[in-house]
Amino acid sequence: MDLQTLTYIVVGITFTLYIGIAFWARAGSTSEFYVAGGGIHPVANGMATAADWMSAASFISMAGLIAFFGYGGSVFLMGWTGGYVLLAMLLAPYLRKYGKFTVPEFIGDRYYSRAARIVAVICLIVASVTYVIGQMKGIGVAFSRFLQVGYETGLLVGMGIVFVYAVMGGMKGITYTQIAQYCVLILAYTIPAIFISLHLTGNPIPQLGLGSTLSGTDTFLLDRLDQVVTELGFAEYTTSKRLSTLNTFVYTLSLMIGTAGLPHVIIRFFTVTKVSDARKSAGWALVFITILYTTAPAVAAMARLNLHQTIEPAPGEYLSYEARPQWFKNWEVTGLLQFEDKNGDGKILYTANAETNEMVKVDRDIMVLANPEIARLPNWVIALVAAGGLAAALSTAAGLLLAISSAISHDLLKGVFMPDIDEKQELMASRVAMAGAIALAGYLGFNPPDFAAGTVALAFGLAASSIFPVLMMGIFTKSINKEGAISGMVAGITVTLLYVFQHTGIMFVASTSYLGDMSPNWFFGIEPNAFGAVGALVNFVVAFAVSKVTAPPPDHIQHMVEDIRIPAGAGDATGH
Amino acid sequence: MTDNNSDMRRAYWQANVKLMLVLLVIWFVISYVCGILFVDALNSIRIGGYKLGFWFAQQGSMYGFVAIIFFYSHRMAALDRKFGVND
Repeated sequence: MDLQTLTYIVVGITFTLYIGIAFWARAGSTSEFYVAGGGIHPVANGMATAADWMSAASFISMAGLIAFFGYGGSVFLMGWTGGYVLLAMLLAPYLRKYGKFTVPEFIGDRYYSRAARIVAVICLIVASVTYVIGQMKGIGVAFSRFLQVGYETGLLVGMGIVFVYAVMGGMKGITYTQIAQYCVLILAYTIPAIFISLHLTGNPIPQLGLGSTLSGTDTFLLDRLDQVVTELGFAEYTTSKRLSTLNTFVYTLSLMIGTAGLPHVIIRFFTVTKVSDARKSAGWALVFITILYTTAPAVAAMARLNLHQTIEPAPGEYLSYEARPQWFKNWEVTGLLQFEDKNGDGKILYTANAETNEMVKVDRDIMVLANPEIARLPNWVIALVAAGGLAAALSTAAGLLLAISSAISHDLLKGVFMPDIDEKQELMASRVAMAGAIALAGYLGFNPPDFAAGTVALAFGLAASSIFPVLMMGIFTKSINKEGAISGMVAGITVTLLYVFQHTGIMFVASTSYLGDMSPNWFFGIEPNAFGAVGALVNFVVAFAVSKVTAPPPDHIQHMVEDIRIPAGAGDATGH
Repeated sequence: MTDNNSDMRRAYWQANVKLMLVLLVIWFVISYVCGILFVDALNSIRIGGYKLGFWFAQQGSMYGFVAIIFFYSHRMAALDRKFGVND
């Protein structure tokens, strides 16, 4: 059977599975819609959270980034996992104890202010929409690529599928669908990695293979990789830093607190039965995430080594362009891999020197998708990788859409503007909001205003600078009042947005950039994507300063803070 | 709960915060200290094919994070029971 047919079949089976599950578990009440009725087991919830969390960026892009940044790519690994430690200890159990549906609801109650709730909703929507646009674009690319249709058609098909199961199922449907999606994406990620590790090092476990010697030699894989890349003039793989130590530090911190501040991840911990389960659930989520995240460095290093060894099989002996393998030709068609015979010898010279380098384009995003082909794995593995990439993009988009729709229907409509609507109307409003969000994200996906990997990091920066500090202060201090919280959120998100816009343009339109995307203009050399941590610091400082000079929170709020610190009496998550 | 056990609640909270701070220090050391700040120094030590600093950054810190959360979860469950505040 040819690859295309097989891909259709594998993707078709997985989608039928997701839609079937969404239909079977469709929501009947608002409680089921928002938090799956509060009855999800911590392990199941952890698995769903992992699928929700790992987007197309984790599945498709991350290993590619690490492959080319080497050690510098570690910011994504530590940043996107370390945030779970903060979640488990600083936020999840207390928000579960508090027991309402949404993050802005907690902020509104804790800071006894509708204004605070509205500001939180706006921050949440800005961060989530930024993120979801990237996902919709990923969905469009993935669908068009694997169904062999145009990008627009691919995006429309993807939007339709997201709509069906997110809108019909709500959180309950999404939770069970995401469990299925986790299984698909983790198999799709690890199976090729196991094959490749076995082939290169003889060790079937990629995490161990990365530290092993190459098959039939005494040379360690990483040493060989360091040697190969430095001979070609690239920075040493295992030590190449990303800009500066300070930038690496701030970038990692920004991704960590962004992880802990992203609302679609936080609301996951409202879906378990007990406070103690919320802590455990964060641990299980991280276990399932770590399976992929510790495999990624192995995939990255092995892909980079494979790529170089294909092009230069022996020192000084370059591959003839005519003899290039099939996967090379396949990716040339997409334009993501380009060769230009500068010296006219018909051989492929790949170096770090732009003058002589003949591999004029090697897109880092192709690494994970091309890997099974490079390693000559069977077609069913390649089809599985396709299904895994789609599962990653779809599950994250659905989770984000749920966070956006609940912010609009529950926090804005029910909570502020139309408190009299009944459960049914609220559910309807939520579905309409979700459909609206899909349409908006889809529209921006058709006309992407230069949204790339930076957008995803920006979404984290926005969540880091606005939501995380205000939640943490709400639990760990009794002295922060509503004036402090509101000015903190506004200051944090504004500083971050302005910093990003000054370098990349307002709404990423490059011509409106007022300082230029130039490192000399960076504050202490911190790149815009990493700036969320600085925004968060601004948020904390402003909130404390403003709270100092205004009236302290009323007594009942101080009691409420004491109460959420104690697990006893949590009960079910409710909206009332 | 009544005010009678507010001392108990304070003790529970202090125990929680103390545990949390200890674990946050470990969290900081395995990621920021070993993986970023002192990565070059640690890279002179090797385990198998891994340079130690590189290993912390791309493998070890993540295993550590998982261990921290489960340890926290386990100890907190014990604290909940000890103070009788479990739900």
